[in-house]
Amino acid sequence: MKPPPFDYHAPRDLGSALSALAEAGTDGKVLAGGQSLIPMLNMRLAAPGHLIDINRLAGLDTVTAGPDGVRVGALARHSRVERSAEVAAAQPLLRQALRQVAHPVIRNRGTVVGSLVHADPAAELPAVLALLGGSVRLARAGERERDVAAGEFFTGPLESAAEPGDLAVSAFFPASPPRSGTAFRELARRHGDYALAGVAAVVSLGEAGEVVRARVACIGVGAVPIVVDVTSAGRPGDWAAAARAVQDRVEPEDDIHATAGYRRHLVGVLAERALGEAAREAADA
Amino acid sequence: MTTRMFGEPVLRREDPRLLTGQGRYLDDLGPRALAAAFVRSPHASARIRDIDVSGALDVEGLVAVYTWEDLPEQVGAPLPLLIPHPALTHGRTAYPLARDLVRHVGEPVVMVVARDRYLAEDACALIRVDYEVLKPVVGVEEAAHGGLLVHADVPGNAGAHLVQEVPSAAGLGAGEAIGRAPHELSFRLDIERSASMPLEGRGVYARWDADDRSLRVYSSTQTSTSVRMAIAARLGLPLPSVEVIAPDVGGGFGVKIVHPWPEEVLVPWAAILLGQEVKWTEDRREHFISAAHERGQVHFVRVGFDDEGRVLGLDVTILHDHGAYTPYGIIVPIITATQLLGPYRIGAYRVEFTSIYTNTVQVTPYRGAGRPQAVFCMERTMDHIAAHLGLDRTAVRAANLIQPDEFPYDQGLIFQDGRPLIYDSGDYPESLRMIKELIGWDGFPAVRAAAEAQGRRLGIGIGCYVEGTGVGPYEGGHVQVTSDGRVHVSTGLTSQGQGHETAFAQIAAAELGVPLERISVVTGDTRRFGYAVGTFASRAAVMSGNAIALACRKVRAKALRIAADALEADPGDLEISEGVVRVAGSPGASIPLATVATLANPLRYAFDEQAARATQFAATPAMDRPPVAEGEEPGLEGRDYYSPIRSTFASGMHAAIVETDPETAEIKILRYAVVHDCGKLINPMIVEGQIHGGVAQGVGGALYERMVYDSHGQLLNASFMDFLMPYATEIPHVETAHLETPSPLNPLGIKGAGEAGVIPVSAVIASAIEDAEGIVIDRMPISPSDLFHLRATR
Repeated sequence: MKPPPFDYHAPRDLGSALSALAEAGTDGKVLAGGQSLIPMLNMRLAAPGHLIDINRLAGLDTVTAGPDGVRVGALARHSRVERSAEVAAAQPLLRQALRQVAHPVIRNRGTVVGSLVHADPAAELPAVLALLGGSVRLARAGERERDVAAGEFFTGPLESAAEPGDLAVSAFFPASPPRSGTAFRELARRHGDYALAGVAAVVSLGEAGEVVRARVACIGVGAVPIVVDVTSAGRPGDWAAAARAVQDRVEPEDDIHATAGYRRHLVGVLAERALGEAAREAADA
Repeated sequence: MTTRMFGEPVLRREDPRLLTGQGRYLDDLGPRALAAAFVRSPHASARIRDIDVSGALDVEGLVAVYTWEDLPEQVGAPLPLLIPHPALTHGRTAYPLARDLVRHVGEPVVMVVARDRYLAEDACALIRVDYEVLKPVVGVEEAAHGGLLVHADVPGNAGAHLVQEVPSAAGLGAGEAIGRAPHELSFRLDIERSASMPLEGRGVYARWDADDRSLRVYSSTQTSTSVRMAIAARLGLPLPSVEVIAPDVGGGFGVKIVHPWPEEVLVPWAAILLGQEVKWTEDRREHFISAAHERGQVHFVRVGFDDEGRVLGLDVTILHDHGAYTPYGIIVPIITATQLLGPYRIGAYRVEFTSIYTNTVQVTPYRGAGRPQAVFCMERTMDHIAAHLGLDRTAVRAANLIQPDEFPYDQGLIFQDGRPLIYDSGDYPESLRMIKELIGWDGFPAVRAAAEAQGRRLGIGIGCYVEGTGVGPYEGGHVQVTSDGRVHVSTGLTSQGQGHETAFAQIAAAELGVPLERISVVTGDTRRFGYAVGTFASRAAVMSGNAIALACRKVRAKALRIAADALEADPGDLEISEGVVRVAGSPGASIPLATVATLANPLRYAFDEQAARATQFAATPAMDRPPVAEGEEPGLEGRDYYSPIRSTFASGMHAAIVETDPETAEIKILRYAVVHDCGKLINPMIVEGQIHGGVAQGVGGALYERMVYDSHGQLLNASFMDFLMPYATEIPHVETAHLETPSPLNPLGIKGAGEAGVIPVSAVIASAIEDAEGIVIDRMPISPSDLFHLRATR
C-alpha cells in the first residue's frame, strides 16, 4: 500500500498550476484534500505520473454566500462550508448534506469541489449540485474560465466534464426561491459510509401552500445523481405518489452491500421522507 | 493491614503510553531496516509456469528477490501443522513461498527486499508470474461434493471428520432419543466468514548480529516463545542464539497465534543471508487475503424435546470451511462441537463435523473460536423449541439449565485441550435471573406495546453460553525483588492490549504486599522468560496470573525466612505490607523488602552502600552453614509454573432489545445487557473493557462483517471500505453485571474473560430480530437488505 513513483508539483500560483496540469495532460492529477486520491494511489488503483498539489495556491479557499447562492472555492474544506452560518442561511441543503459526508476528520481535510470532480455517484455533494442546478467553474491554461452546468458536469461514475488540464476552481450552489424547504435523507450501512441510497429534496410552495416545485436528486442508484421533478405528483402532506415516481426513474444495481431491489425500495421510502420534511420546512419558511 | 489490590478497578497502567502515541509497535522499530514485500497470487487456484523477475532488476534500491527455488531445504519446507489430531487425516500446510501451485488469492509467491517499502512494491509490480489458471473450489457445500479438489490427494476436500457421542442417562443414542421424544424439529443454520482484523497487522523485524552470531527477531505475535523455537529449528540456529520479542502489539484476536507465518521464517532468513536488518509490515490488503479468517460454518440441527421444552436428544452435523490449509489443525470445529451444549443438561448428544478445504484464505481461531457458531446453534434451538411449544424463551432455557448442585458437571466430551470437558463451577439459574432483571425481560411486553403505538417495531432476544478458558499445558512466572525494593515480574506469554501489565502487577502486589508502583511486568520477551505457550483461548489471566501468584508465594516465603533471621522472629509472626516486613503486633520490629533482597544475595564486594550490608564482614554470620544455605539460591526471586488439570469454564448470558424500521429495514440495537461470570475478578474495569470490546466484535459479526468471495475465489471486499467493521457509532452502550463463582481448579479462583463478549452476540441479535419481525432468522450476519428480502418471503 505504497504509491508508485510520481513527480510532485507544488505550484504557488494559479498560472503555474495550470501550466503544470497542461504539461502533464492525461498523466496529471490534482491533489486538493486527497481523501479519495491518496487511498487510490496507495492501493495502486491510480498511477498518475504527475501530482499537482494545489494546496499552496492563494485565493482558492474562499466561500461566499449571498442572496443568489453560495460559491465555494477549490480549497474550501467540507467542515468550513458545513459550519458556516452564512452558507446555511443562503442554501441550507449544503449543511444538511455535508453532515452526512464521511466523518469529521475526513471533512476537515476533504474539499467540496474535490468531491464534485471525483463524481462518485454515491456521494452527497454531486446530488446537491445537480438538484440545485449549480455549476462548476473550470480553468485551463491559456483559456478563459468557463462554467459547466451540473447537468452536463456529471457524465458517469467517477467521470466528470473536467478534462485533463482542467482545474476546477470553484462551484456555485444557487439559493432556493422563497417558501422553499430542503432535506437530505440517506441510509448508510455504518455512520459516515457512502450511502446505500440517498435522496436530496427541494420543495417550493405557493401563497396558498400548494406545491409550486418539487424535485429530488438520488444517490447510489445510478451512474450519476438522478434528478427527478415530482412537482406534478406532489401533494403537501402526501408524497407517496411522488416517491413511486422516483422509484420508477432510478437505476440501482446489486452490490455486496444491498440488492438493486432493496435500493429501489429504499429510495422510495427516503424520497417520501425527504419530500415531506422539505415541504414542512417550506411551510415554516 | 494488607495491600488490597486484587479485585480493585485499578486504571490500566499501559494506557497513558498506548493512548498518547508512546507505544512501540512493530513498524515503530527498525526505521533503517530493509523492507520486504511480497508478490502474492492474484488467482484462487493456479499452477505457476514461470516467474520472470528480470523487469524488477532495474529498480534502484532493490536488494534481493527470492522464489521458492532459492530457499534452502529447511526454509522452503511446508510450514508446520501446529496441532495434529487423529481425526485430521488429511492436514495440509502451505510452503513459505508457493512451490508450483497457489491455492488462494494472496498466497505468497515471490519475496522482494529493497531499501524501502515503496521500492519493494515497485519491484513487485514489475515481476511477471505466468500462471495456468485452474478452476477454484469456492463455497463449503460445493467443496464438500468433491467434484473439484483443492489438494489433489485429499478426496472430497475433507481434511478431517470427527464424531462425538454422549448417550442419555438411560443409554439412548441421540437418534433414538430424538425418535422417542414427544416433539422433534430440524433446521439448518449458517454463519458467514469474518476475521480477527487487528488494527495492527502482522509484522516481523529481524536483526542478525554477525559478531556474536545471534539473531533477534521482533514479531507482532501472540507467542514469542514458540516463534523462537520455530525459527531456531528452521534456520538451524542454537536456541540460545535466538531471541524473539513481541513488542506492543495492536491487537491479535487469534490470528497472531498462528506461527510461524511464512514471513516469520523468510524475514530472519533474509536478514542473516544479507547481513542486514530486514522488516516486513503487513498492509491491510495483505491481511485480508494472506492471514486467516474464521466463522464460516453450516450446521444441520435435529432436536427432540418434551412438553416443557427439555431437550431429550440433539444431533448436529457441521460443515466447516477450512480454507486452503490447516496450520492450526481443527481447533475451531472441535470447539464448536464441544461447547455447543452451553449451560444445558442435554439428554443425548451426537455431533459430527467435516472440515472442508476451499480455495480461500485459511481458517484459524478468531476470538470466540467456534463458540459463536456453537451458541448460535444451541440458542436458536432453544428459541425454536419455545416457539414450537408457545413457551417463553427464558422458561425453555430454565428447564434445561444445569443446577448449582450438579458441579462438577461432566458433559462427556473431549475438549480442545484433549482433556475431559467438565464444568468446574457456575450458577446458571442465578445468571438467568440477573439477565432477565437487567434487561427487564418480564416488563418488555409493555415496552413493546408502547413502541408499537408509535409505529415502532421492537424485539427482545437472549443468548447463553459456557466458555472453556485457561487451557494448558502451562505458563510460568518469574518474580525478582531487587535491592532497590522494586519487583520485576515476567511471564512468557504475550500481550496485545489486554491490560496484563496492570492485572499481573495487581496479583503480585496482593501476594507480596508491595505497592503497585514498585512492580513492573514484562511479557512476551524470550530474553526474560523462555518457557511459555502463548496468549489465546482466554488463558492469560488464568495461566500466567496463577503462575505469577505461585512465584510470588515462593518469594514471599523466602523473604519471610530471611527477615525472620534478621529480626530474630518466627516467620509465622511476620507479615508484609507496603513493601516492609513486620513482626505482627510489634510495630518497631521491621525490615524493608529492599534490605531483605540485599541480604538474600551474600556479597564479597560492596558496590554501593546498600550492598555493603550483605558483604562478608558486615554481619556475624552463622559459621555452621554456608553463606547460601543448602536448598537456597542467592537473590530474592522465585519462578513457578501453573499447569491445570483441565480447563476452567466461564459463563454468561446476554440480552438485547432491537428496533427494526418497518420501512427501511434498518436494524438498531437499543439496549445490550451482559451478565458475566469469570470467577473471581482481578480487575473489574479490565473485565468490563474486555466485554465491551467483545460485544463490539460480536455486533460486527451479527450485523456488518462478511467475507464476500465471488465464484472465481476473489475476495470482493478486501478493504475497510467494504468490509464493514463497526465504528463506535454502531456499538450500543453495554450494560454489565458480574456474578462471581470462583473456580476450584486454580489458586486464585479465576476464569478467562478475553473472548466472552463476542460469543453469544449473533444468537442474541438473531433472537431479538426474530422476535421483532416474526420471521425465522437462520443465518447471520443480517443486513437491512437481507431483512427486506426476508420480509418479502413472509
